[in-house]
Amino acid sequence: MVAWLVSQIGHHAVQACNLIGDFALFLIRALLTLFTTKLKVSKLLNQMERIGVNSLLIVVLTGTFTGMVLALQSHIGFSRFGAEEFIGTVVALSMTRELGPVLTGLMVTGRAGSSIAAELGTMRITEQIDALKTLRIDTFQYLVVPRLLASIIVLPFLSLLSTLCGIIGGYVISVNVLGLNGDDYTSGISEYLELSDITGGLVKAAVFGLILAWVGAYKGYRTTGGARGVGLSTTKSVVLASIFILISNYFLATALF
Amino acid sequence: MSVIKLVNLVKEFDEKVVTNGVDLEIPKGSMVCIIGRSGEGKSVLLKQIIGLIKPTSGQVIIDGTDITGMSDLELQDIFKKFGYVFQFAALLDSLNIFENVGITLLENHISKEEALPIVKEKLAMVNLAEEVLYKYPAELSGGMRKRVGLARTLVTNPSIILYDEPTTGLDPITARIVFELMYNMQQQIHATSVIISHDVEIFKYVDFVAMLHEGKIQYFGPADTIWESDNPYIYQFIRGLSKGPIQQEITHRSGRER
Repeated sequence: MVAWLVSQIGHHAVQACNLIGDFALFLIRALLTLFTTKLKVSKLLNQMERIGVNSLLIVVLTGTFTGMVLALQSHIGFSRFGAEEFIGTVVALSMTRELGPVLTGLMVTGRAGSSIAAELGTMRITEQIDALKTLRIDTFQYLVVPRLLASIIVLPFLSLLSTLCGIIGGYVISVNVLGLNGDDYTSGISEYLELSDITGGLVKAAVFGLILAWVGAYKGYRTTGGARGVGLSTTKSVVLASIFILISNYFLATALF
Repeated sequence: MSVIKLVNLVKEFDEKVVTNGVDLEIPKGSMVCIIGRSGEGKSVLLKQIIGLIKPTSGQVIIDGTDITGMSDLELQDIFKKFGYVFQFAALLDSLNIFENVGITLLENHISKEEALPIVKEKLAMVNLAEEVLYKYPAELSGGMRKRVGLARTLVTNPSIILYDEPTTGLDPITARIVFELMYNMQQQIHATSVIISHDVEIFKYVDFVAMLHEGKIQYFGPADTIWESDNPYIYQFIRGLSKGPIQQEITHRSGRER
């Protein structure tokens, strides 16, 4: 019984190490390809459109409503000790440093990360990736690098947009629903929001972009098991990328701010 | 002289042995058909030849070079010799036919204007009209997709072409057209061709037939005398008989499973 248990633990430990190693090697190979081969700009722009432009609506909606609810909830607390003029500051700092990048990362993971996994997974099971290899086309340069780079580039822009929408949403609620002075809202922001808050948020978003494209591409590229395999890869890519984003967010927050 | 040599090739997936000591030599410039029951590992064998699947043990020797332990990067030179026609063509859904056939040219910084006549020429070789150029794979029939797959392979001027069940899912007339196309192609470019097929019609077009059964090559011989062969596996398989050594093993296996 003990021997069986030890063998099972060992087996799973080896499997886990293999998986982590393969996962890391995948990223290293992608980065090496990025820095050692010539990237086709048209492919990069195409992916930037698919990951970035096509995610605009959900990012705007998420940012706006998060800012609105943040203003509403902050007012409940701050009004108890007469600090309503800080609502703008709280909304702006929360959106810039945390909610903007994190929510953007999670939403784009659900929309574009899953799409990357499903697309590459389908290409894998229909032998399109094998076909590219036999045609001597570097599959990392053709499929992985444009998605990875596009995601790293567009996420900061999406995060910035989400943050702006959140601040504007908070302003609309504060002024039109809660009856606060608009100048109080904006002056708090200009007084307390620093450039490092904005750059920190953008760095976070770029890292989240790397994570969602890396996980999506890895899961898709390594898909096995037909249509069911594509479904599993897509689900796993969203779950894993979301967890990685949330965990890395803590460490990034510690390191950046 | 053999251009492809397989030596004691073994491939295991987890605990399942797919190829179990395959020895095979394919002469240069010949057309060889590999037959065998579904699930015998014919496609796995073909992918081991080109290096897409690494064998568990044994050797794959191409033009005198052992490619068994080669990395993806080292295999790039080997891929130059090969063309691979996939079972379901494996065309890229997001690209039109021009981009699919000309992908190797376009990815190697050849302009669309320069690639167009080459693509047209290859499409003409597989009897496809220019009208298909700007259609997408989903808009073509199965037979047309397979011909586009062949045209894409021809762009690279391969000296070895591997066909993975090129007529699966096609009606007998279209299947015959594809066989004739492959045969005519062979006469034009003198490549070495390895074809996986279940269709006995192909014996009219190939030089040799190999039969894969239980992970080993049970028969290798000229195609023109295959109907006179007294090999029990070949005799049963090509006539589609229900009684014979193959059937006995099916019964034996299912009995064991129960």
